[in-house]
Amino acid sequence: MNEFSDAPDSARRTVLKAAVAGGLAGLGLGSFPFPAFADADAKDFPADAFKQKSEADALKALYGKSAEASDKVNLDAPEIAENGAVVPIAITSTLPGVTGIAVLVLENPFTLAAAYKIPEGTQAQVASRLKMAKTSKVVAVVESGGKLYSATKEVKVTVGGCGG
Amino acid sequence: MASTIRVRAVAGADTTEVQSLIQHPMDSGFVKDAKGELIPPHHIEVVQFEHGGKTVFTALWGPAVSKDPYLKFGFKGGKKGDDLKVSWVDNKGASDTLTAKIQ
Repeated sequence: MNEFSDAPDSARRTVLKAAVAGGLAGLGLGSFPFPAFADADAKDFPADAFKQKSEADALKALYGKSAEASDKVNLDAPEIAENGAVVPIAITSTLPGVTGIAVLVLENPFTLAAAYKIPEGTQAQVASRLKMAKTSKVVAVVESGGKLYSATKEVKVTVGGCGG
Repeated sequence: MASTIRVRAVAGADTTEVQSLIQHPMDSGFVKDAKGELIPPHHIEVVQFEHGGKTVFTALWGPAVSKDPYLKFGFKGGKKGDDLKVSWVDNKGASDTLTAKIQ
């Protein structure tokens, strides 16, 4: 027998009921407050653009136009990437009023690798690491003043980053 | 669990430089596992950085971004001690947020 054995059954039930009621009230009060600012939202993701298999289609899906080559877009990528799983890519631009940056790896299954939104006040530069299936041209695209400018560089890959 | 996000933001004279590392498998959907079955795509789609109630940077990532992605960028403004909020969401709906102090 346990230590409550001398308490009448009805009293124990009352205690249980009170506990259940308290628990429910607690749930009601603990409804989640809305966050003050919106977090990253999957609705912002241009899934269609990321499924395109050519440079022209990806840029059309993402920006609705095509790019022209420009020496004001600076693409910093290695000549030879020993490991295609981690290829450091850095893009900077001296163009004024940059609103977006995109990186495309032309030989990857899906051409578009990453796109960045650059609000006013943020610098036109980004560095990250990409996977490359094989040796490929890498294209950096910068959106400035409603137009697209690009720079291209070939990166040789000795071990691919997308194979099994 | 510790946060998946590591971020370091340093205020300079004019701009704040931000470097971040996020722990994520970033599976491309083209790699096979030991049994020869394709590992389905699992990658971060959107990363957002906020400072002073304003979005200062948004990254949209496809499956070609490397595992445990690294990111570096800079924005004007930002003082030592300011909050910088980082949030991400992936293609399976998982997400994480972190608020860091600018150094």
